[in-house]
Amino acid sequence: MSENENKSEVRLPSGSELVLSVSPHLTGSDSVRRIMYKVLLSLVPAAVAGVFFFGFYALVVMLATMLFCIGAEALWCKLAGKPVMGTIADGSAALTGLLLAMNLPPGVPLWVCLVGAFIAIWLGKQVFGGLGHNPFNPALVARVGLLIALPAIMTTWPAPRSLGEPEAAMIERNVTGATTDATSGATPLGEVSTTPKILDRTPQAEMNFSSVDSDRYYWRYFLGEKGGCIGETSVLALLIGGIMLICFNLINWRVPICYIGTVAVFTGLVNFFFPGVTPTPLFHLLTGGLMLGAFFMATDMVTSPITGTGCIIFAIGCGIITSVIRIWGNYPEGVSFSILFMNALVPLIDRWCVRQPFGYVAKREVAK
Amino acid sequence: MSKSSREVLSFQGGIHPSGDGKQLSSGNPIQIAPLLDRYRVMISQNVGKPPKPVVKPGDTVKKYQLLAEADGFVSANLHSPTSGKIIGIVDVPGPMGTLVPAIEIEADGLDEAAETWPPIAWRDADPADLLKRVGDAGLVGMGGAAFPTRVKFSPPPEKKIDTLILNGAECEPYLTADHRLMLEHPEKVLEGAAISGRMLGVSNIYIGVEVNKEDAIQALGRRASEYGVKIATLKVQYPQGSEKQLIMAITGRAVPAGGLPMDAGCVVQNVGTAAAVTDAVVSGIPLVERVTTVTGEVVKNPGNWMLKIGTPVIKAIEFAGGVTAEPGKLILGGPMMGFAQKSFDVPVSKNTSGILLLPVSEALTYGSVGCIRCGRCLEACPMNLMPCLLGNAVEGEKFDIAAQNHVMDCIECGSCAYVCPAHRPLVQHMRRAKAEIRKRKK
Amino acid sequence: METILFAILLMAVIGLVLGLVIGWFAKIFQIESDSRVELVTELLPGANCGGCGKAGCSDFAKSVVSGENPPSKCPVSSKEQVTAIALALGIDAGESFQQRAVVCCGGDREQTKRLLNYNGVVDCVSASLVAGGPKGCSYGCLGMGTCARKCPFGAIEIINNLAVVHRELCVGCGTCVAACPRGVIKLVPADAEVHVYCNSPAKGPAKRQVCNVPCLGCRKCARAFPNKFKVDGFKAQVNYEAKPLPTADDVQAVGCPTGCLLTADEHLKIEQNEPEWSPEK
Repeated sequence: MSENENKSEVRLPSGSELVLSVSPHLTGSDSVRRIMYKVLLSLVPAAVAGVFFFGFYALVVMLATMLFCIGAEALWCKLAGKPVMGTIADGSAALTGLLLAMNLPPGVPLWVCLVGAFIAIWLGKQVFGGLGHNPFNPALVARVGLLIALPAIMTTWPAPRSLGEPEAAMIERNVTGATTDATSGATPLGEVSTTPKILDRTPQAEMNFSSVDSDRYYWRYFLGEKGGCIGETSVLALLIGGIMLICFNLINWRVPICYIGTVAVFTGLVNFFFPGVTPTPLFHLLTGGLMLGAFFMATDMVTSPITGTGCIIFAIGCGIITSVIRIWGNYPEGVSFSILFMNALVPLIDRWCVRQPFGYVAKREVAK
Repeated sequence: MSKSSREVLSFQGGIHPSGDGKQLSSGNPIQIAPLLDRYRVMISQNVGKPPKPVVKPGDTVKKYQLLAEADGFVSANLHSPTSGKIIGIVDVPGPMGTLVPAIEIEADGLDEAAETWPPIAWRDADPADLLKRVGDAGLVGMGGAAFPTRVKFSPPPEKKIDTLILNGAECEPYLTADHRLMLEHPEKVLEGAAISGRMLGVSNIYIGVEVNKEDAIQALGRRASEYGVKIATLKVQYPQGSEKQLIMAITGRAVPAGGLPMDAGCVVQNVGTAAAVTDAVVSGIPLVERVTTVTGEVVKNPGNWMLKIGTPVIKAIEFAGGVTAEPGKLILGGPMMGFAQKSFDVPVSKNTSGILLLPVSEALTYGSVGCIRCGRCLEACPMNLMPCLLGNAVEGEKFDIAAQNHVMDCIECGSCAYVCPAHRPLVQHMRRAKAEIRKRKK
Repeated sequence: METILFAILLMAVIGLVLGLVIGWFAKIFQIESDSRVELVTELLPGANCGGCGKAGCSDFAKSVVSGENPPSKCPVSSKEQVTAIALALGIDAGESFQQRAVVCCGGDREQTKRLLNYNGVVDCVSASLVAGGPKGCSYGCLGMGTCARKCPFGAIEIINNLAVVHRELCVGCGTCVAACPRGVIKLVPADAEVHVYCNSPAKGPAKRQVCNVPCLGCRKCARAFPNKFKVDGFKAQVNYEAKPLPTADDVQAVGCPTGCLLTADEHLKIEQNEPEWSPEK
């Protein structure tokens, strides 16, 4: 053995010091934490747009909700005797917090954020066993919970900054408080839902929604000048975030494409035959939470199906339910409800879409 | 053969491991290992029954002399790697972690060869003679499985074999033994392919090589037509060298679930085994040494060595100059499917394709967290299984659910565990499920 | 007041009517079942451990009534319970044979060399598939608690990385024997007190290298009590068919050089005196 020592200066460990593990001995570089941080990064454009259109207070809401969610998670872990730092470090609580804030009206009081954070983390996630076990998207559970419990607060929509508005007026509005009635307005979808439906195909019916649905508004809707939740305002920012998600390979592209496509087709058909019942598909795509829901909420890994086919079924289901609620429902917006409803069906969809393993087609042919 | 016009074949699923470590050893020619004073030749180096030793302690043996005789049909002869004295049968740590019996030989330093078999003019020979020679020479699959070659080349008559595929994909990161063999001894590989084709009565012979081994493809391509062998270029994608995936990529046929390559009319053979077939038939020598990659970031001079069977791993590492930093993990085989070892005294056997040392930093223990249902394992699985679902079933000890979801079809390639962001020990779960299901069937 | 009375009355009437309907339906759709099977099921322990080889207690009851198995085939029931079943059915009780599980390994984390860097699932079956398991000895208890998790009676505890059977809780159903990937757990007669706490058939020196308490096959016990102990290869075994079985005094008299020949109580005491250790750490 002396020869061995001369040859190499570095000691070989004894056999019992070697790491024993099952193959593979290499792993990819991605981790759950990285995934969460990448999704957070993809949300940055939408968050910036939210702050731009709704002012500094939107940033306060987002940061506060994230902090509350992290706090709620830490408290649960503490009570349940789980490692606190390890659970928080995976970034899932922060992500849930940001997604929840994105789904809140810009002028929401902070105590509502706190309640929402606890609903999201405790009722939405931890009671089921934590990350990976929750059947419903925690942020949406909180949003819907708040919407039903506090409808007045959750449907007060401060008007967004007009793209032509001077900076000073914007700051003034922030100082005086964003929730005053004077600055509140309705969301485009809210307007639509309060407009009486006209069932026949008359020119009057075609003009039924012209106060919100017209060429001159589309560009504004696309850039973000419309009332609504913090995160759903700018379609442009959400598209940038969505492309980031697809490039990072974090979401199944089938979900947003099928979801948005289904809404476009469904509302398009209804609009074509009954223009007085619902606005044009383009209006539906550009307003409300569809883009946020399609790119960031419905694509949540934990609560969407695992197979490609499953994702298509899931997304089409979301699209149909969203359109139905928007056109005929009591609520002006149906994205949250549709995603939650389809979340509930995910185990069933996964069961339908069990994949055929390699070689089973050949096996059946041999059997013949 | 121009690079642009040729078709690059592949299969569904799989992964592209980053930083595959092949550059460490792929540039270094195969070296002949120095003679050691002691070899411990494991008796069981094949799938099936271990051979019966025919030597006693105190016997003197010559190189290539029979040490143990095949016991039954699925078994393989074992020959002495060098000349010397038999010390006895000792227990050595085996590659699977248990102690296994081995024949210890004290080398006399002369490396004197016994008389070799006469060469066979294989082009006109009776396939039965060729088969017998392959059996006599103790050939087993050298890619990893160590299935006796004679058995593989004796398919039941009702199975119509029309294609022989040589596996030169070497999709495992770090390993370059097959690459160097194809590059340095292309005619040996090609001749072995042709002899194997004659044994099987097959004229449709392919060698599948991944495109990252361009020089090997060129080397083989120069003489391939002489031997009637076609070269199939394969995409760099793990696990390209898995039998079922290789057959799919080259012939487009799917091996039926639970079946063998012969059910798809194919026989798949490692290029190393093909070279050993040439040695046995043309040179008349049995299988006593093989090309093994000794590599890893912490190995001083990574490269490929012609190692005699029975060489302790520690000696192979010494041939490569020892280590430059403390290794954290010793692996026999490649990093994706190889086995972690708990001893440096494991002897090299007929199927040791690589000896890999991973640095402590890469062997560091990592924790796994719950499945987040990202579905990446589904995309990666070359067998189109649902690894996340299987892993969760095993974690809940629901083995019947695992069985219903075809866990038995898993080839344990490790693609799912490689891509899993939650670092779940999916392959270990699969193995456990298989072990439990087999136990229940009994 | 009237409203309340009306409500109470209404509920009462509805309850009565529905109760009658349910009772009537239960009469019509009654499935005739063998009352004896129910009786035997009730007399059985109801742990559904599967120790008898049947799917559960009611399945076993069926087989007893049909005469396929004698009542004594239930390993869990005491002699009195078996007699009660036999009396109820008016059949022969069969020969009752009470067994207990014993983990034939004394190699806790202090005694047996362990591999420090096992990185994988904390489960014996899973661990035994990685290079034969992270223990120096390839035959001893891995101590990851697969048997303890499977035991329907909570009779196995993992102390110091070693499974130890609490004999007062064990009923000898054999679930642990089937669960153990190393075959280190054995069923022995319930009244056997003395066991050889080593399972390794390896040669003495090889065992010595990895373990402080192996059976070296020195035959000291077999020489002292040839009818009570036998040595098989390199490992001594208690002859559980011997009458009388070895006792604590016999252990004293033998004076096993490595201390792997122990009574079950002694073994438990040795392990319990060590600090608490959890396999997850």
